[in-house]
Amino acid sequence: MITFDKVSKQLGGKTVLNEISFEVPKGETFVIVGLSGAGKSVTLKHLVQLLVPDSGTIRIGDDIISEARGKELERIRRRFGVLFQGAALLQWLTVFENVALPLRELTKMSEKEIEKTVREKLRLLNMEESMNVFPADLSGGMQKRVGLARAIVMDPEIILYDEPTSGLDPVTSRLIDQLIENLRKELGITSVVVTHDLHSALAIGTRIMMIDGGTIVENAAPQDFIKSTNETVQRFLESQYITRRGAWEKGMEHHV
Amino acid sequence: MIAPFKEIYRYLDLPVRSFRRLGRIILLACHDMGNALIMLFSATLYIRTIWTPRTRSRVAVQLYVTGIKSLGVITVVAFFTGMILALQTGLELRRYGQEVNIGTAVTVVMIREMGPFMTGLIIAASVGSAIAAQLGTMAVSEEIAALEVMSINPNRFLVMPRLVALAVMMPILTVYTNILGILGGGIVGSTQLGVAFQAYIDNATRYAENKDLYVGLFKAFVFGIIIATVACYQGLSTTEGAVGVGRATRQTVIISFLMILIIGYMITRLFYI
Repeated sequence: MITFDKVSKQLGGKTVLNEISFEVPKGETFVIVGLSGAGKSVTLKHLVQLLVPDSGTIRIGDDIISEARGKELERIRRRFGVLFQGAALLQWLTVFENVALPLRELTKMSEKEIEKTVREKLRLLNMEESMNVFPADLSGGMQKRVGLARAIVMDPEIILYDEPTSGLDPVTSRLIDQLIENLRKELGITSVVVTHDLHSALAIGTRIMMIDGGTIVENAAPQDFIKSTNETVQRFLESQYITRRGAWEKGMEHHV
Repeated sequence: MIAPFKEIYRYLDLPVRSFRRLGRIILLACHDMGNALIMLFSATLYIRTIWTPRTRSRVAVQLYVTGIKSLGVITVVAFFTGMILALQTGLELRRYGQEVNIGTAVTVVMIREMGPFMTGLIIAASVGSAIAAQLGTMAVSEEIAALEVMSINPNRFLVMPRLVALAVMMPILTVYTNILGILGGGIVGSTQLGVAFQAYIDNATRYAENKDLYVGLFKAFVFGIIIATVACYQGLSTTEGAVGVGRATRQTVIISFLMILIIGYMITRLFYI
């Protein structure tokens, strides 16, 4: 579904991505972990061409997004929904208007159909009651849920999550994890998640990739990831009190 | 390197470094100007979408913000500009017994230069800086990126309504400034300089030409486009959080002021020499 082929990127004279290659199969939740400045968010931004690689190719199915321009780029971007780190809701629009924005701007749907779709998505995320509230009046967790509702309102094939649980309390974080997991299970959506939170990564990821200094140091299924012998991975796991010897079993029930 | 040679090398290197820095500044300025013009061109192309109901309402909001919300400060500034002009020219003309001509002086100066100039400065400082701050905040909180990812072009969604509002409102506000400035001059003339209000108005309308008004309004229109372009470009290209927003706002005011002065001079030269 998603293919990174030898993608390199320099920012401000520093190599942020160094010939990284990986694939994300359809229907998977692919989690990218790493320390701050490792190149996680840069990788995510390349997926929707918010950044263009210096070399290498990025394919979304048969579409080469790294080379797309104009209408072609718009068409490929419509295959994505993105949940930004701070939700990135437009502050002068209400929750309803924020979620309705892509439908109003990009489709010919009637107001009645738009209202039905928006209500449906907000209901899915338990936000229907806050429909007429402005983003500034919502908590961080609620804003992220609205951001997620906006990301899924156009029924995308792929959803990108940039630090979906950062700044949230543990209970809300697990709720967001649950929502991501449900979207994969129920709608078969392919997801790419960038996070620091290994507990979240292990809970929702079908595959976990760790980036360090612009290169991939590990790319494995969760059960193999925690057994990795790579030192950087081990240090990262231990920093979040997850050890190779510790009992760990995949399943949301441990985290919710 | 031996110490004395090091000193000499540093001394010789200074002009090279200065030229390099100057070159970089010029290149960056050209790069920014090019990108700002591309943004302006793109937003201008989207004016064709103005008749769709949602775009129309976005433009209406910007017209309100630019026009109605600026009326207070413009009223005060315009009135006092006219009063100052009348007082200064009146006191000078009185020495020659020509104070009756303050009507012409105030009117010509207002409609040719001071009307569009003062309106431009006020709108750049109030509306332009507000646009830069709003778009800058949106840029650093990834709202602009979110629009791009949703395939909603920021030039259509954000820049075009502001561009239209400023291009339309600047000439209208300039007419308002001109009227108030001339009235302010008339009041000073009648109360301080002994020129009857009717005589002032007669004198004002006798010598001012239509060309003065049209050139003044053309200037206002161009200033509107300049303010919108500078403010939107500075806002959309904001980086580095709150510091970046502050920088974008300051840059907007400085660049707009300079452009208004320089372009204002060029238009005057173009039409009057």
